[in-house]
Amino acid sequence: MGEAIVITSGKGGVGKTTTTANLGAALANMGHRVVLVDADIGLRNLDVVMGLENRIVYDLVDVVEGFAKLKPALIKDKRFDNLYLLPAAQTRDKNAVSPEQMRQLVGDLKEEFDWVIIDCPAGIEQGFRNAVAGADRAVVVATPEVSSVRDADRIVGLLEAHEIEKPLLLVNRLRPAMVKRGEMMDIDDIIEILAIELLGVVPEDEGIVMSSNRGEPAVLSDRSKAGEAYRNIARRLAGEEVPVLAVAEDGLFTRLRRLMGWSG
Amino acid sequence: MNQRGRAGGFLDLITRVLGRDEGSRGTAKERLKLVLIHDRASLSPELLEALRADMMKVITAYMDIDSDGFKVEFERQDDAVALVANIPIVSVKRHA
Repeated sequence: MGEAIVITSGKGGVGKTTTTANLGAALANMGHRVVLVDADIGLRNLDVVMGLENRIVYDLVDVVEGFAKLKPALIKDKRFDNLYLLPAAQTRDKNAVSPEQMRQLVGDLKEEFDWVIIDCPAGIEQGFRNAVAGADRAVVVATPEVSSVRDADRIVGLLEAHEIEKPLLLVNRLRPAMVKRGEMMDIDDIIEILAIELLGVVPEDEGIVMSSNRGEPAVLSDRSKAGEAYRNIARRLAGEEVPVLAVAEDGLFTRLRRLMGWSG
Repeated sequence: MNQRGRAGGFLDLITRVLGRDEGSRGTAKERLKLVLIHDRASLSPELLEALRADMMKVITAYMDIDSDGFKVEFERQDDAVALVANIPIVSVKRHA
């Protein structure tokens, strides 16, 4: 029996889909059986971030409505045999699915996979309720900005109301140089305000744009700092003790080391 | 005045050099704390009604109150939120 984790945030554009793709790829790379579920019905994006957009035949709504069986609707990843995607429907809206149907679907997936990672849509409406319905745990993604942390706080409250206790915090797009200058909130500031456990920190990284341009998760690149952070977070999710590294500034020396292939 | 202004500027410079000036980070954190005090203090109308009913139960043990005039509300000021109850008293019960 696997575990279902919903990746959520409240605010849009903070990196839910990127996080889903990278944690999924990292867990698959560790040998786990993983399925990614795009719960953003009507605005699907996980397929393009994973580079699987040309392989879609059936989608989540087809499965829920009984038009397609679950197995044929799952798209196998290009890189890992043990990584699958269940895409969202693009031409339907979120009311096409109910929380009860999602609970059933996620329950079925948990029978077959070690991890079911659910990409939650932005917002707190029906799409959110659907995405969290079948989840055992939640990861709350927030960037170090007032609006994002505020929305994350709201989501933490709503998760509790949906009986998902102890959500984990992922601080995304941290810019160490700005923190050092005193122009960006630090990790400790955000933990203090949200009062939830920290899962990990992902630094701002141009590599994320490049990897989503190509449809290849950044965890597959040795050069991406964000990819390295996501690999560590995946190991932590799987229960390994990995210290949260202080995100170093991207100085000349670290850049040189990365060029030479030594990961920092 | 002018001199004090200059002295202030000099102090600013020193605190900045010593790294005591927080920059916009501190502002962000303070604003967040305030906005969250307000956000978190929002109770749904049902919960507020339940709170009002419970308060009435307790208070009527001590005095007769005007239940129609009994109001419970959140009041917001710059940096704080208060629960404000307005409870018109009809009569206070006498205790032996």
